[in-house]
Formats: sequence, structure tokens, C-alpha cells
Amino acid sequence: MGRKTPRTQVIGVPTLKAIWRGVLPSVVVREFTKTFKVPVRQEGFLNSLRSLVRREYRMVEAVRAVSFTLEAGEVVGFLGPNGAGKTTTLKMLSGLLYPSSGRAEVLGYRPSDRDPEFLTRVALIMGNRNSLQWDLPVADSLDVRRAMYRIPPADYQARRQRFTELLDVGDLLDKPVRNLSLGERMKVEILAALLPAPPVLFLDEPTLGLDLGMQKRIRSFVGSYAQEEGATILLTSHYMADVTALCERVIVIHRGALLFDGGLSELANRFGSEKTITVSVTGDLPDLDRYGAVTSAVGGRAVLAVPRQHVAATAARLLADLDVLDLSIEDPPIEDVIERTFASGDAEDDEEEAISPP
Amino acid sequence: MPVYAIEARMSMQRQAQYRGVAFISVLGFLIEPIVYLIVWRTVAEAAGPVGGYGVGEFTSYYIVWTLVRVFNLALAPGAWDWWVRSGRISNDLLHPVNPYHRNLAGMAGAKVVWIVVWVPVALFLVVLFQPQLAPTPFEIVAFFVSAWAGYVIRFNVLWVLGLVSFWTTRAQALVEVVVAMELLLSGRLVPMAVMPEWVQTVSSWLPFQWTFLFPIEVMIGQRTTSEIWQGMGIQAIWILITGTAIVLVWRGALRRFTAVGS
Repeated sequence: MGRKTPRTQVIGVPTLKAIWRGVLPSVVVREFTKTFKVPVRQEGFLNSLRSLVRREYRMVEAVRAVSFTLEAGEVVGFLGPNGAGKTTTLKMLSGLLYPSSGRAEVLGYRPSDRDPEFLTRVALIMGNRNSLQWDLPVADSLDVRRAMYRIPPADYQARRQRFTELLDVGDLLDKPVRNLSLGERMKVEILAALLPAPPVLFLDEPTLGLDLGMQKRIRSFVGSYAQEEGATILLTSHYMADVTALCERVIVIHRGALLFDGGLSELANRFGSEKTITVSVTGDLPDLDRYGAVTSAVGGRAVLAVPRQHVAATAARLLADLDVLDLSIEDPPIEDVIERTFASGDAEDDEEEAISPP
Repeated sequence: MPVYAIEARMSMQRQAQYRGVAFISVLGFLIEPIVYLIVWRTVAEAAGPVGGYGVGEFTSYYIVWTLVRVFNLALAPGAWDWWVRSGRISNDLLHPVNPYHRNLAGMAGAKVVWIVVWVPVALFLVVLFQPQLAPTPFEIVAFFVSAWAGYVIRFNVLWVLGLVSFWTTRAQALVEVVVAMELLLSGRLVPMAVMPEWVQTVSSWLPFQWTFLFPIEVMIGQRTTSEIWQGMGIQAIWILITGTAIVLVWRGALRRFTAVGS
């Protein structure tokens, strides 16, 4: 079957060829919104009986008017606390959920059309989720993928061999999926999902629950896949190591709304109000409280949290006042920045609630 | 087509791995027809033929019944509920092949193993109850064609019902009603000839008897050649009707899908 051009082009008039050249973005999302109608069930026997006659519902906005664009070949972190709407967004982008309003275009296709060609070119991998044949050897599941995605035999063999080596799963292929550990299962899930070489990849917590070694292996595989295939990747993870290793840009959502879209360093500038000064001195440490908040002090080495605007002056004072062996200035750990970002989202919501009429 | 072949093969492999479970399942199917068989043999012995069915016909009917039951097993009513609630459906919807085709092929492949397991069970029943069966080669071929067609009709009916899961996560109740109707109007409980005239008329307008009664009666010689051709034509129409219903409902059902539990 020959390749088709996209049937639906909702935003602009992109063509696949143009996208392949990297001229046009792979993913365009505009005002994406998803609202769920959730039944309200109150506790107690009488309330249960009442709900038989009169059902009450409330509307929950899981995603609220989110807009962003992913350029071809970009690897972007999609961050937010639990329940922020990340997975819902990924499901809408992969054609699993219909948006309540707004529009999106992935490789020139509208995801909700679920065009088979679109589904062949996009993969959504969800951590802790098994999509393989549970009772059969991994190789059989790979064979099913080959048939479903009509992968030419030569491509199939080449990719299977390359990915197997990169992920180090050669000895797992003849084992039933049910006998694999969580980490092993995740590796073969990724292998199976990438066999059709999708140019767009949505990764939802791919390293969830895995040990550090396994996380590193998966990170490095995803990185090399993105580089070699020029794939566009949107990645959600609660492990900042995944994000810092793979993404230069992050999109942060909170309670369904977009909070930040930009570079990681910009995120630190915007939401990290402090910087970290690490100073080593000869002999014992003096009292450093007047320079900033001391977060640790061991031997002759101390770590201080200092407001950004005072960093230069504080560093100069430290160098002038003390017998400094070494001094370094760094952004705070990304985990702290993210935590502050989420906290700022909470504060904004609280303010909105406070000023909105009853 | 490659997807059909590979899904059927995978399903066969899975069933072969759990052949003990398959054997116990087939034995489980026997309880129902054996109860019917004993009851109707007793009635026929005491009161003579009922609706044209004597002891021999009832015996043949219920023994062939066991094979047709294996043929027309489709996605179990509870399985749809589980499929949606567990979120497993999300995985299947991510692929470019409609899950309908994968399930239809998968269930068909499983039947090959179940039929192999059914053979010794059937031999035991034949020795025990001595049915009067003398099908012609044409009837045997027509039986297998109509049994597979019956499977597709029943699969489609249950698939349409299953799609209701997209509107409510509790489609089970509706399925129970249809399964009860099927029990009465398909020939599963008794041959339709035993039923009152008006029940037979109602049944003739529904798909159920074309999944159960028709293949059985083809095999036990209750249908003439022209009736067999006509019946297979009606089966084809039901496949078309139920298939069209799936196509029509599918898109709307997907819109309703809210990824419950996934």
C-alpha cells in the first residue's frame, strides 16, 4: 500500500514531505480542552438510593485551553504534578480521546480522525502498561506488530536487531512476557512500539518504577532513537534525570492549564528565586548566616541558598572576607525548581478563587 | 489478511499453552446440553415425538449442539466490560488495525484448539447416547460453512452490544437481556420446532437461530438442500446487517470513549 497524504489538514496546509524536511512543526496544539462528565456519588445508603432516581454530575476540566507547538525532531519534557492533565493531553494527541474543544495536528493529521496512516506514524508508550501478548514469547508479539504495521521484512529485521542490541534484550525475546520483570517488560514494550519507526513518540512515564540502571538504559535508548530517526518526542516523567538528560525544552501544565513553555534554564530563572553558592574554605567554617541560608555545612565546605539578585555581591563578599579555596554558583536542583513551579500554579489558582465572585 | 493469519496463530498458541483450561471449558459446556438432552429424551420416550423430534433426533441435536457451541463462542459478555474498564482497550486502539479484526481472528484461532479438544468429548457422548446421525457430504460441508457464518453473526451481535460499553461502563445488564433472548429464540434451549408458532415467527425475524439452530439442523438432516442454500443466504444477510451496524456504531462509540480506568 502506498503512502497517502493526510486527508485532514486543520491548521495550515502542511504536507508530509515538508514535515519530513523539518520545515514544519510535527505537533501543533491550539486551545486543547478536555472536559469529563463525572457522576457525583455521596456516601451513605440514603444517598445511594437517591442517586437511583436522580443522578448528579459535575464537569471536570482535565485540560484547559492548552496550546503549544513541537518542531520536527524536538524532544520536549511535559511536566506537571499528578492529575495535571498530561496523560489526557497525550491520549488526545495519539487519537485515544476526543478533545471537547480546540484542535491539534500531528504530522498533518487530526488525531481524532484516527486515520490508520496516522496511527502507524505515532506511538504512545505508557509506563507500567502491558500491550504485548502476555502468555507468549516476546518475539511473537513483535511478529504481530510487524503484521499490524505492515513493516517490510528487511526493515523489520534491521530495526529488531538494532533495537535489541541497544536495549540489551536479546535473551528476553524467547521468554513469555509474563515472566519478565517490570524493567525488562518496559524495554520490550519500547522495542515493540518503535519497530514501525514512528516519527512522533509520546512517552508517558517510561521509567516509572524502574531501578536507576534500567532508567539510564531507557533514557539513553530514547536519546539515540531521537537522534538517529530525527523523531519528535513529548515525554512526561516525574524523574527529572529523564528530563534533564533528554530535553532542552519543557512544557509545564498544572490543573489542566499551561504554566510554562520554554528552556530548562529559563524555567530555573523564572521559578527558581535563589541560586546555590558552594564555598570551600581553609580551616573551620565561620558563621555564614549573614551571607545567605546555609543548607549544608560539612568540614570546610558549605552550601548557601542566596537570592538571585544578591548572588554576585554575596560571592564577592565571600571571596573578600574568607580564605576561599573554591567557590561555585549553580542553579538550584531542577526538582526544587519544578516544585516551586507547581507551587506557583497553586498560588495563582488560590488567588483566582479568592477574587472570583461566589 | 496477514493480521488475521497471525492473530489466529497467536490465539492457537495461547490456547495450546492452556489446553488443560480449554479441556475443562469444553467439559463445562457439556453440562447444559446434557441436562436438556436427558429431559427431552425422557419426554420423547414417555409422550412420543415432540415437534417432529423423537429420542434419536433429540440425541443428535444436542450432541451437534456441543460442536456448534464451540463454534459460536464469541467475546464473552464480561470480557467487554473488562476490556474497557481495565484500560486494555486503550492499548488496542493505538494500533492501525481495528480491534474488531484482531478479536474476530483471535477467537477463530482459539476454536481450532477447542475443536481438537472437543473430539474426544464428542466420541464419549456418541458412545454413551448413540445418536442417529447420517449426514451427506454436502450437509457436512454446509454445516461447517454455516457454523463459521453463525460464529461471525454472533460475534457481530455481541460486538455491537459491547460497543454500548462506550456509552456506559455497565453494559453487562443489557448483554444479560440479549443472552436470555438468545437462549429462548436461538434453539439453544430447545429446537424451535418444539416452541409455539408465534415464538417461531418472532425468532425468524431475529439473528439468533442462524447462529445455533440452523447449523445443527443442517447436520442432523432437518433441512432440505434448498432450505440450506436459503439459510446460508439469510446468514449472509445477517452478517451484512450486523457488520453495517458495527460500522455505524463504531465511530459514535469511539467519540463516547472516555478511557475509563486506563
